[in-house]
Amino acid sequence: MESVFDIFLLEAVLNGLLLGGLLALLSLGLNLIFGVIDVVWICYAELIMIGMYAIWWLHVGQGLSLWLAFPAAVVLVGLMGMALHYFIIRPVLAAEPINQLLVTGGVLFFLQALATVIFGIDFRNLGVRLPGFSVGDMYFSSARLLAFAVALAAIAATWLFLRRTFTGVAIRAISQDRSIMPLMGVNPGRIYLVTSAIGGALAGLAGCLLVLQYDVHPAIGLSFGPLTFLICVMGGLGNLIGGFVAAFVFAQFISVGGFLFQLEWGYVIAFVFFIAMMFWRPQGIFARSGR
Amino acid sequence: MREAASALAPAPGRALKNVWLVVLALFLALPWLGTGQYPLHLIIIALIWSYIYTSWAIMGRLGMVSFGHGAFMGIGAYSVVLLWNLFGVSPWIGAVAGVSLSLLVALLIGYACFRFRIIGHYFALVTLALSEVVRLVIIALRDHTGGSLGITPKPGLADGASANLYAMQFSDRTVWFYIALAVWLTGLVLWKLADQHPSRRALQAISEDEDAAASIGIPVARTKLGVTLLSAGMTAFGGVLYAQYQFYVSPDTVSGIAISLQMVFGAIAGGMFVRLGPTVGAMFLLALSETLRILIGNEHHGVDMTVYGALLILFIIFMPRGILGTLLRR
Repeated sequence: MESVFDIFLLEAVLNGLLLGGLLALLSLGLNLIFGVIDVVWICYAELIMIGMYAIWWLHVGQGLSLWLAFPAAVVLVGLMGMALHYFIIRPVLAAEPINQLLVTGGVLFFLQALATVIFGIDFRNLGVRLPGFSVGDMYFSSARLLAFAVALAAIAATWLFLRRTFTGVAIRAISQDRSIMPLMGVNPGRIYLVTSAIGGALAGLAGCLLVLQYDVHPAIGLSFGPLTFLICVMGGLGNLIGGFVAAFVFAQFISVGGFLFQLEWGYVIAFVFFIAMMFWRPQGIFARSGR
Repeated sequence: MREAASALAPAPGRALKNVWLVVLALFLALPWLGTGQYPLHLIIIALIWSYIYTSWAIMGRLGMVSFGHGAFMGIGAYSVVLLWNLFGVSPWIGAVAGVSLSLLVALLIGYACFRFRIIGHYFALVTLALSEVVRLVIIALRDHTGGSLGITPKPGLADGASANLYAMQFSDRTVWFYIALAVWLTGLVLWKLADQHPSRRALQAISEDEDAAASIGIPVARTKLGVTLLSAGMTAFGGVLYAQYQFYVSPDTVSGIAISLQMVFGAIAGGMFVRLGPTVGAMFLLALSETLRILIGNEHHGVDMTVYGALLILFIIFMPRGILGTLLRR
């Protein structure tokens, strides 16, 4: 009995690892935007939902190949990220910080309701189910493995972009000192737009990976949105490495907690752990000194 | 009640006060003016939400933007229904239990948040976690709570009876109207009392600059905690009222991020810095969705919330003081 228990626990741990990769990708875009623009996009999960709907509509509705639908969704949500920044965030950048949080909350309501108007409240799925596979007695979903691999690749690509390109360096620089960058010949407005586009594109990519695993419906953002914010906060808002680690910690709580008790209890434990962590390290597990 | 209304109306006083008394008298007489059942239902719902938004704004206006008030409403609503259904405890006692439990939760979260200086974004997101915890606990305890499907209080009305005080169940909407009206007015009075309280200035100072406030000797954590407890307890009672009136609660209608955000935006739309602002917010949302329902019919789900969402964005960008706040400023 003991060994059976162990192998299922191992399965839960490994599934948690796969989930962690996906959560890390979800939090990456949000974290990047916060780090650079100092705004939390509460509607981030709703952008992902739009990406999922776009893929569903292009593939199921218009008969477009998934190979075209996926990049189209990434581009679309990237453009939406830019539009969100340009038309909605930019006007309140000088206002009280909490207004920036709240205005994106308005966007959350708007996008969720708009999806209801356009697509109805039915659950939609692609009709594509990737086969699962077994290792020994353990069962894994290949959609999850794919999501894990793509998420890690996207995180690595974003990391290289931030390290190796001029724009990337400018983005990192502006996140460290907002006031000095204009003096260095960098236009903050443009950097903000580029960052928003990247953040949006990452949301679009997350949409591609999620739509392979879950049905899309207007309220889906509410089911993983809160989790995404909490991961970012636990890692230290704006701290990309912290967010990466926090994603895997959260995923283990959810997966192992869900295995030992029930799915919801996994989430409850993860959230309670989050609250407890906030008191221990309010600025995140890898708090940078000085801030 | 009619006598009470007419006795109040001719009370001497300043002109503005008279206007308010006439409005109040009209309100008190509303069920007797041939108001139909459906309009009365809408008014009751609007009063309950007005009260809940007001409860939120009591702390929200001081810079403590909580995304977690769904937790308090959920605790209030579920405590009262579960105690009644499982143990036959009267909702009056259930309400005390629900409010007490909310206060306890608010104390734990509030103390820790304020002690460790969790403010702004961080406060919003920690409280958001709290509201999700409550929603998920309700779902996870599905054997007792009915999970996502929700739960209905056990009917307590005998055949032919229209009221059971012990069970806090009334089939007559007029009774509910007066209860909701009284609770809403109590909420407004509590707001005023909070404004007159000596700590009000301290709270204003804290909301502008915590460090500066602390430096002149204001007990920041304790002062903030007081208003948080008031707000959380009031919200929990709103949950009790909602559960007993609607006679149905589900995790998604009384807790979680969606309800928490609804409170935040209702208060902001109306104007969270003025006493009647949250009420205006609740009335506005109701008027909007009813107008659109009449104009375009029932079959188009989500149109009202789409318009509301777009308006919220415009409000926050162009009139962050909300509808009433902007009007009063002119």
